[in-house]
Amino acid sequence: MAIKDIPVEECMLQGNAACPGCPATMGLRLVLKALGKKTVMVIPACCTAVIESLYPHTSFDVPVMNIAFEAAAAGASGVEAALRKQGREDITVVAWAGDGGTYDIGLQALSGAFERGTNFIYICYNNQIYSNTGIQRSGATPYAAWTTTTVGGKAEFRKEMGEIVLAHHIPYAAQTCISYPEDVYAKVMKAKTIKGPKYIEILAPCPPGWRFSMDSTVEMGRLAVDCGAWAMWECENDVMTFSGKSKLLLEKKVPRKPVEDWIKHQGRFSHLFKPQRDEEKLKVIENHIDRTWERYRALYLQK
Amino acid sequence: MSIVIDTGNRIAAKAAIMAKPDVVAAYPITPQTTLVEAIAEYYAKKEFTGEYICVESEHSAMSACIGASAAGSRTFTATSSHGLLLMHEMLHWAALARLPVVMCNINRVIGPGWNIWVDENDSISQRDTGWIQFYCSSNQEIYDTVIQAFKIAEHANILLPVMVNLNAFILSHTSMPAEIPEQRTVDDFLGPYIPGWKLDIENPVTFGNIIGPDSYIKVRYAMQQAQMQAKQLIPQVAKEWKKHSGFFHGDLIEYFECEDAEYILLAMGAIGAESKIAIKELRSKGHKVGLARVRVFRPFPTEDIIALGKQAQLIVIDRNISVGNEGALFTETKAAVSGIPETSVQGYIAGLGGKDVTYQDIETMVEKAMTGKAAHQLWYGVEEDR
Repeated sequence: MAIKDIPVEECMLQGNAACPGCPATMGLRLVLKALGKKTVMVIPACCTAVIESLYPHTSFDVPVMNIAFEAAAAGASGVEAALRKQGREDITVVAWAGDGGTYDIGLQALSGAFERGTNFIYICYNNQIYSNTGIQRSGATPYAAWTTTTVGGKAEFRKEMGEIVLAHHIPYAAQTCISYPEDVYAKVMKAKTIKGPKYIEILAPCPPGWRFSMDSTVEMGRLAVDCGAWAMWECENDVMTFSGKSKLLLEKKVPRKPVEDWIKHQGRFSHLFKPQRDEEKLKVIENHIDRTWERYRALYLQK
Repeated sequence: MSIVIDTGNRIAAKAAIMAKPDVVAAYPITPQTTLVEAIAEYYAKKEFTGEYICVESEHSAMSACIGASAAGSRTFTATSSHGLLLMHEMLHWAALARLPVVMCNINRVIGPGWNIWVDENDSISQRDTGWIQFYCSSNQEIYDTVIQAFKIAEHANILLPVMVNLNAFILSHTSMPAEIPEQRTVDDFLGPYIPGWKLDIENPVTFGNIIGPDSYIKVRYAMQQAQMQAKQLIPQVAKEWKKHSGFFHGDLIEYFECEDAEYILLAMGAIGAESKIAIKELRSKGHKVGLARVRVFRPFPTEDIIALGKQAQLIVIDRNISVGNEGALFTETKAAVSGIPETSVQGYIAGLGGKDVTYQDIETMVEKAMTGKAAHQLWYGVEEDR
């Protein structure tokens, strides 16, 4: 799979209301290229509810139902049941939600839909904050990151949503990153062919939320993977495979970059460097990533 | 046509499956439980051939109904009390999205403390969500109203969700006879569901995106127009159903002994049924009293109540309280007749927490009101205990 093999046709139209450098629009373009026009989208409160554009305009060339913040997976369950009853199982139902709507307020509905075996794809575009409301902490916000509700830096580590999903033992779950379009596209294409619940989480570096330059979105995603702050993997019928650079990190075939290479570009971590370096917190972050990867190796490395 | 003797919940379930919904999504809660259990039995026996989603909460039940309805399917659910409150956000959503979901709500007390008996604070606290609200007084009426609810909700001029309320235990768990029509009678009456809008890959529209003030106010205006049109449609549908089934339980209001009445009692739900006995007793004592059982609370039957206010003094019994003000039916009745000179409205709060309200209690309340001593709303069953 190469970029040139991704379809030219767009279901994400021009003239949307996203910020410059927005990772969500990159993700939406790729996801809709993979899914095509036989798709119904369910979107809860999140940046995409704005990106869609103001009524009576829309930036989507597939039918979209907006739904309340915590209700994406439940709303999609209803759409899926109705289409099944109508004999339209050829239509892909996809819920597209942010990390707030997935890790936090929407977790119960998501868990319920997975447990019920709902035949849909749930995609979380994770920008590690409540960005639509203006940069507040979420369960996906990393340790020490500034947000408007963690003014001195977040005191807790993010939760591992992917592993919460794995505990549901659904047919397909994956993590990817906006900076690897072939990987995003391939994972969505694979999810499309599998019956039952599918989960894909896409790391989506947010320029205004993370406080970096809007031309660096792709680079911020790559660095997150290189330093191990984000892992790309897929788990099909309980068989776990790490993807791309994350596979090499898992197998220790390449050295992990220091996390500082990633966070030093982001204003949300600037308090760790100015007025003086906060060695203690930098070490906490680095150690946490090391521990996380040791745990990954113990659990997921093929022996 | 067959006569069954069964509980309100099971008769509601029978009506729901005979309306042939494509999707039911529900979560159990006492005292609604036997209703969703009955649907599960029909599903297992393949007498209900739609999709049955056993969701993990009432919020998800209503969200799934919204999704299914938006995809163009006839949709049903049922809940009660705390379940209805958990749905609150999505009740607004269903109504604003103009999705004709039909739901039974078993009127049950709100905690704390935990109490599973009847009062109507659950549904009354949802009166501003845009849902059409019925209150039933017998198992036959439950059957007939559930069928009518689909017809009303799905009408092209309405497209609003409908809540059919039945009182906990007094109706939900009490067996009474009800006549169940043939399936084809229901099929002929309802016809297929034709969605006002739906998620359609041939016509990819985005529903519910950001909407500016100029458009939003029109959305609210259209909802209000639909509710006002429902005032005309509900009596038509009731009459049409009478032709199909022989049963009629009133238009927006069921009138009982009102023709020459000097005092008219207004009540809802099971108190409305019990009041008929009280009215007969009071008539036998020579009092010119009548009953207006409010069958539909939304849209509010303002015009009908104005007519009552021109004829008689009004007495209202509420099995709910808007704490800090009054019972909801009392407040709204007073507002309706506010322009009519010489009309008094007296009121009672009674039966909260499932406290029994017998026909003797109702007689006592009406007799006291006829002396003018209930002028402000009184709490029946509280003062007497002092």
